[in-house]
Order: sequence, then C-alpha cells, then structure tokens
Amino acid sequence: MTTTEAPPEERVFGQRLLRKEDPELLTGEARFVADVDVHGALYIALVRSTLAHARIVSIDVGPALEVPGVTAVFTGADLEQEWAGPLPCAWPVTEDMKAPTHLPLAVGKVCYTGDAVAVVVAESEYQARDGAEAVVVEYEPLPPVVDLGDAVSDRVVIHEDLGTNKSYTWELSPDAEAVDRAFAEATHRVHGHYIQQRLIPAAMEPRGVVVIPQPFGGEYTVISATQIPHILKVMLALTSGISETSIRVIAPAVGGGFGSKLDVYAEELLSLVLARRLKRPIRWIETRSEGTQATIQGRGQIQDIELAADADGRITAIRVKLLADMGAYLQLVTPGVPLLGAFLYAGVYDVPAYSFSCTSVFTNLTPTDAYRGAGRPEATYAIERAIDQLALEVGVDPAEIRRRNYIKPDQFPYNSVAGLVYDSGNYVGSLEKALDLSGYGELRKEQERRREQNDPVQLGIGLSTYMEMCGLAPSRVLASLRYVAGGWEAATVRLLPTGKVQVVTGTSPHGQGHETSWSQIAADRLGVSPDDVEVLHGDTAVSPYGLDSYGSRSLAVGGVAVAIATDRVIEKARQIAAHQLEAAEEDLEFTAGTFRVKGSPEKSMPLGAVAFEAFTAHNLPDGMEPNLEASSHFDPPNFTFPFGTHVCVVEIDTETGGVRLRGYTAVDDCGNQVNPLIVEGQVHGGVVQGVAQALFEEASYDSQGNLLTSTLVDYLVPAASEFPSLTTGTTVTPSPTNLLGVKGVGEAGTIGAAPAVINAVCDALSPYGIHDIDMPATPERVWTAIQEAAR
Amino acid sequence: MELSLTVNGKARTDDVEPRLLLVHYLRDVARLTGTNIGCDTSSCGACTVHMDGEAVKSCTVLAVQADGHEITTIEGLASDGTMHPMQEAFRQNHALQCGYCTPGMVMAATSFLKENPHPTEAEVREGLEGNLCRCTGYHNIVKAILAAAQS
Repeated sequence: MTTTEAPPEERVFGQRLLRKEDPELLTGEARFVADVDVHGALYIALVRSTLAHARIVSIDVGPALEVPGVTAVFTGADLEQEWAGPLPCAWPVTEDMKAPTHLPLAVGKVCYTGDAVAVVVAESEYQARDGAEAVVVEYEPLPPVVDLGDAVSDRVVIHEDLGTNKSYTWELSPDAEAVDRAFAEATHRVHGHYIQQRLIPAAMEPRGVVVIPQPFGGEYTVISATQIPHILKVMLALTSGISETSIRVIAPAVGGGFGSKLDVYAEELLSLVLARRLKRPIRWIETRSEGTQATIQGRGQIQDIELAADADGRITAIRVKLLADMGAYLQLVTPGVPLLGAFLYAGVYDVPAYSFSCTSVFTNLTPTDAYRGAGRPEATYAIERAIDQLALEVGVDPAEIRRRNYIKPDQFPYNSVAGLVYDSGNYVGSLEKALDLSGYGELRKEQERRREQNDPVQLGIGLSTYMEMCGLAPSRVLASLRYVAGGWEAATVRLLPTGKVQVVTGTSPHGQGHETSWSQIAADRLGVSPDDVEVLHGDTAVSPYGLDSYGSRSLAVGGVAVAIATDRVIEKARQIAAHQLEAAEEDLEFTAGTFRVKGSPEKSMPLGAVAFEAFTAHNLPDGMEPNLEASSHFDPPNFTFPFGTHVCVVEIDTETGGVRLRGYTAVDDCGNQVNPLIVEGQVHGGVVQGVAQALFEEASYDSQGNLLTSTLVDYLVPAASEFPSLTTGTTVTPSPTNLLGVKGVGEAGTIGAAPAVINAVCDALSPYGIHDIDMPATPERVWTAIQEAAR
Repeated sequence: MELSLTVNGKARTDDVEPRLLLVHYLRDVARLTGTNIGCDTSSCGACTVHMDGEAVKSCTVLAVQADGHEITTIEGLASDGTMHPMQEAFRQNHALQCGYCTPGMVMAATSFLKENPHPTEAEVREGLEGNLCRCTGYHNIVKAILAAAQS
C-alpha cells in the first residue's frame, strides 16, 4: 500500500490532478457502445415517419424482406403485445396532467417526423438500412400543429383521446394579491417576451444500444449510451415485463449526454424485446441525422416576464407566464423541465412578491426534455434579460441595477419568495470580481469612443449573474413536486487486502471525470494516493443502487455519499487499530493514512495494515465482522445553489450584422472545488454551449413540421474558430448543507452564458433603439433589426 | 473488390463492398474502433485519420480509395507504450472530457502542426474548423495544441 505522507496543506482534495480517464480515451482503447463487438448480433434500423402528423394507412414490409440479409420486419401492430407498459414519463407534475400513450413503434398514427413506425432486422448494419429504405408506408396526412399558439387553440387535437393539446397548467403563486399590489404601486414596470428556441443537444457520440440475451440463462445484458443505467434498468423491467433481476444495464464509455441520454428511449426497449423474441443479440447505433429527430430536444418555451420596481429600480414583484412545448409525447422528465426553472425566475435578487404559471402543450414535433440546465437556463435568461431592460428604464448601468437588487451576503441562508432556502452566496462579490477581471470600466470607455466615432463595428458588453438549484435532489421535495423517484445517491467504499481502495458509485459519468474526482475525495480522507483508488460505475451488476448523473447532482449528492462511506470505513478501521494497538479509540489520531497513539507516535498502524487485518480476521475485536467496507445512501437535506457572474464582450459589424465574440469572462462559485482543472473544463464547455444557443443554434421547422436542421451541415454546432479563449475566475463560498461544502458545476456555464451574450448584443445595438433580439442572434437577424430600426 | 493497404504500419488485404466507407472498414473489418463516428455529413471530424500522413475524414473516403495508401489511426499514434506528444499535451491540458471527439481531434491536430509547426492561436482555431467538440468549449484543446507546438 502506498501512503502519501502529505502535510495537510497539500491535501489531495482541491488539487489540479490530471484525469485518470484520459489515457484510454486518448489512445482509442476506450470502448463506446458502438465499439462493442458481439458475435452473432443482428442489426436493427428504424423506419421513421416523414410526416409530422398522419394516419398510417398501410405498411408494406414485403420489399424489405427481399433485401439480402434482412431477417425480419416488425410494425407497431406486430409488437403491440410485447409491451407491459408504454414508454415512461416519471414526472406527472399535476394530478390531472394529460399524457398520451407512447409506444416504441407508433400504431395507427404518427405524431412527429422521426416517429418510428417499423423496425427492420438484418445481419449487418448496411443491410438493415437498405431494408428500412425498402419499407413502403402509406400515410393519410393530417394538419400538423407546429406553433405553440396554434397548439393552445386546440384547432387540431393531436391526441384525440385526450381531447386537448394542453398537458397541464402548473402554478406557483404564494401571494397573488401581493404581486398585484406591487404592480399597482410600481414606479417602473418592464415586460419581457422571450422565445427559448428548440435546441438539438448533439452530444458528439450518437445514441446506441446493444442487448445480449441468454435465451436459457434468462439474463439480458443491455449496453447503452445512457446517463442513467439504474433508472433505465427499472424502466426496462416495467415496460418489457422482464424481471428486474434478469436485466443488467451497462453504460460503457459514454460520449457526452447533456441531458439527451437522461431518457428511456424507444430503441432501448425495442432492442430488448427483439432480443427476447429473436433470441439473438441486437444492436442499434443511431445516425446523426436520425438523432436530430429521434433524440429529445431542449428548451422550447415562450416566456413572458414582468418586473415591478420602485423609483430606485428595486424589484418589488415578478410575474411569469410560460408556454412550454412538450413535443409530441412526454419523455422521461419532459413535463418537469419548466418546474426546474419555476423557482428561479427571481434569480439572485431580493424579491418580495412572485407568481409563476406554466401551460404546457403538445405539438407535432420531437419531444423535448432536459438539456444542459433544464429549465434553469430559461429562467436565468428571462430574469437577466429583464433586469437589463429595467436598467434602461431606470437609467442606470446594468451593474448598478444588479447591485441594488442582489440578495446580500448576510442574508444567507435566504428564504426565497418561491419557497426555496438558498444555502450560501455572495453575488456582489462575484459581480465585482467579474467586472474587475474583464476590465469593465475600460470596456465602457472604448464603447463610448466607438459610439462617438460612429464606428461601423460597435462594442457590446453584457452581464449576467446567475444562480441555480443543483444537487438534485432532496427526496421529500421531489415528492412534493410529484416526481416518482427519490433524489439520493449511493456509494460503497471498501479496502482490499493489499490496501488498495475500491469506490463504487451510483453516479454515471459521461465526461465529467468522476473516476478522478471521487478518487480524490476518498484518497483525501483515507490519506492514500488517488492512484490507489479505483472507482467503479456504470454497471448495475457492480453498483446495484444509484440514481445516475444529471442536474449537476453527481458531486453534491454522489460525491458526498463517497465521503460519508469513506468516513464510515475509517471509523471501523479505527476500532481495529485501537484493538491491535491496545489503545482506546479516542486516544488514536488518524493522519496521512496512519493511526497513531496520541503521545506515543511510535505506536502506529498504517491503514493498509488495518485492511489486511480486517481481511484475515485473525485478530479483530470480539463480535466484529471481517473486512473494511461501508456504504452510504445520501439524501441531501437541501439543493445546492452555485452562482456566478459572466461578462460577455461582442463586436457587431453593423454593416453585415455579424456578431463576433471578442472576450468572455466567467466568475463561477461552485463552493469547494475537488479538482479546479475539471471545474474550469466544465465552465468552458458550459459557456460555449450557452453562447451557442445565443448566437448559433436553433432546431428550425417549416410550417409542415419538417426539421430543416436535421444534419450537422444545417444545425450549427459551433467550431473553435467562433470563440476566443475564455477568462475564468472563481470565488469559493462553501455550501453549509453537505460535509464537503460542494455545490456542482456541470450546468453553470450554460446557465450564465446565453443572457450575457444577448445582453451584450442588445447593449451594442442600444444606440439604434434596439433593445431585444431573438436567439440565435444570427447576422441576418441582427442586420434586419438594424435596417428596420433605421426606417 | 480487393483492397490492399497499410494500416498502422501493417499491410492488409481484404475483400470489401465498393460502397464501404473507410471508417467502416477501419472499425468493422480491421477492428480498430478508436476512430469514432459522430455524424453522417462529414461535419464533425470525429473520424479523422491520416492517409499518407495527411488528415482525412474517413467517412468521406471509400475504403477502396485507400487502396495502395498508408492509413494511420489513433491506435497507431502511440509507440512503445508511450503516448504521442500531442496525446500527452491533450492530457496535460485537460483537453478532453467525454473523449469521443478526441481521437479525431488529435489526428487533425498532429496533421495541422505538420503543415504549420508554429501557429498562432487564431491559426489553431481556424485549423480545427472541421472538428467539433461539445464538451470542452475548445479552450483547452487550443491550449494543448499550442503547447504541443512549443515542445
């Protein structure tokens, strides 16, 4: 056993350790789902609807069966008896929420382009695709519902049995009269109307699944590019009727998710039931242009936010109305996404009165669901755009209007008007640091100069201060929101006979570096080298308990569980060491991986020796069980509330409408940092994804519900050339609600970025009288706005 | 059709369908699965390999077009158990998260530095235009390539 004799100031926790995950990913050794080679596998390809809304008149599978290598073709009707239940939605947000039946293959009618109607099974991938091309489907077109206003009108009802396109209305209005009163008495009122365009998550690895059946043994091994192996296992059991004990789900190396792999998909269920029916391994790998339609999309909301403020610009009330696009069906947490934002529309501000209402509707478009931030970027965008509008109205700098409204550092823990208790924060500190790092004062002077000189390239400076609720989630809170599962996370820590450490986690990383960070957490407490810690994850046979990775929950819930389990191991080790050193437990101190008798440092026992004693069990205290192993199922007492301030600087060529990102400063506070290198990486990636919403990306549909951006040629995932290097800074305000003081950082960058960018664009265009612009702020949109303003 | 080529220094001959893409040949026939597939429009660059030392997107090349050529994949970059300096630079600079775009990025970056051994940051960013990453925001990838150019 290696023990690192590190003085306390060189703790492993907080170091910029290089990632353990990297060598295998850098050399091609890592195995993603498409790399799994299963002898005798059959390949499947899906036949997908080319119309957004239509009745299926007939499906002729004959021509497909004549394609060489095709072994079978099934339609929705053929497989209807296979399902023990429909595709699951785990978040019925209201008692009377309307939810359509969603089967893996559509029966009777299709409800979006990409809705699967048949599956072709073949001996190779190329043959399966050839077969899918050969299936002839006759449709009777129905009028598609593409527009949210149209959906609300119920002019055309998509799911006839529901009688309406409205899924639910959800309200949070603690004191409606107080809100009305504040608006009646307000000196300033601003109204923002914002469109959160649909986004395509576009994780670089498309989805995929391989199912290996044991026709006689009875077990099914499901290897899926998923964020949620544990949830998937339960859901596959419930929808297929196969016993949970017969399903093992493995998430191998997973190439990004951003929420798009936080779902239970038709193809996973189809592959499982086809493996059962055909008694052969089944393999499905998504193509990109298939995934743009068949994988969930993000956002899709129309927001109306009103602020009431006094003469100084202090916000006295906020009223929010949302219209949210569910798409054609409800996926795993589709209806809950707006609720994740519902509590955050007051943002970082000390607001006394608040009301929120969301109506969610079905459309003939791809289902929406969680996408990086899920509800929280939308909420942050609305409040951070609206407060800039308030600054204009009051006539003060955007930084000043924020200072006047922030919740102050001494107000924490802070009881928010929406009913949350914010754990800790220092918003003004974050603002001042970001202003300083970005050179805000100088930027304003340069802006002034350019305005005076009528420079065709105008400078825009945009701020946003965000706060998010992370660490999903306290199980009782989830119960009150009608989510059907809990929000705890599990970890097991064991010492092996040689003194090496095994950490088993219920989180399921797909780029976040949990193997490195969880090693640091355990090694730090055990006083061993992180290299002596292995982290096992992503396999339900290895980690039977877990609720997986999403919602910036992994560290604040799963990482804390690792710490608690580690401490339990140390407590048991202490009893063994005390027994063997013939000392009282309270007389032992544990530093740098060694138990020592206080006052007699020569009497000591390293943890590795204790582990071996625990393994041989030759000399343990009476009644003690062998081995050093402990578990924790940590249910967080509260959410965590990371925050930060972003400053975006854009240059706009007013002659072309081109927006160039000149500089970006992000000051983020995620509490204590386990590994600052990883934190920075999360912020970089998050910021760029947020900027992408603001400037580049939109899932565009025509009036017939055809996706116009179905490939990466048409859907603009930005490249390196669109960005400058980013400036990052941090403040550290530990969370008092968990023993690591951590908060989470996976979604922070995305949440802060979009409003900072659009505030910068609007700031640049302000002299033209332009104070709002829809996302993405494309050159065409900016140019058109300038031309219209000049008229 | 018969195809003869060199992959990572080893000569191979295989009988392939004329329509088989080079990326599918490398992954499914040669069983070198380090080269990933991220799109179907030659947009993402995840499948970048070297053909005669130059970066190509292997989804844009038919396997039969590689007849008589030398292909290097990510598996062929490290030698004697030591990672290539570009792989090492990626690791040192935390230039990967999920790692799916990484093999293509590394192959594109090594080819780019061969053409332009002392690039500016702007040149690196332009040079990477054909490779998409969804995790890193490119920041550390650019840093890694500049560091590799330095060393």
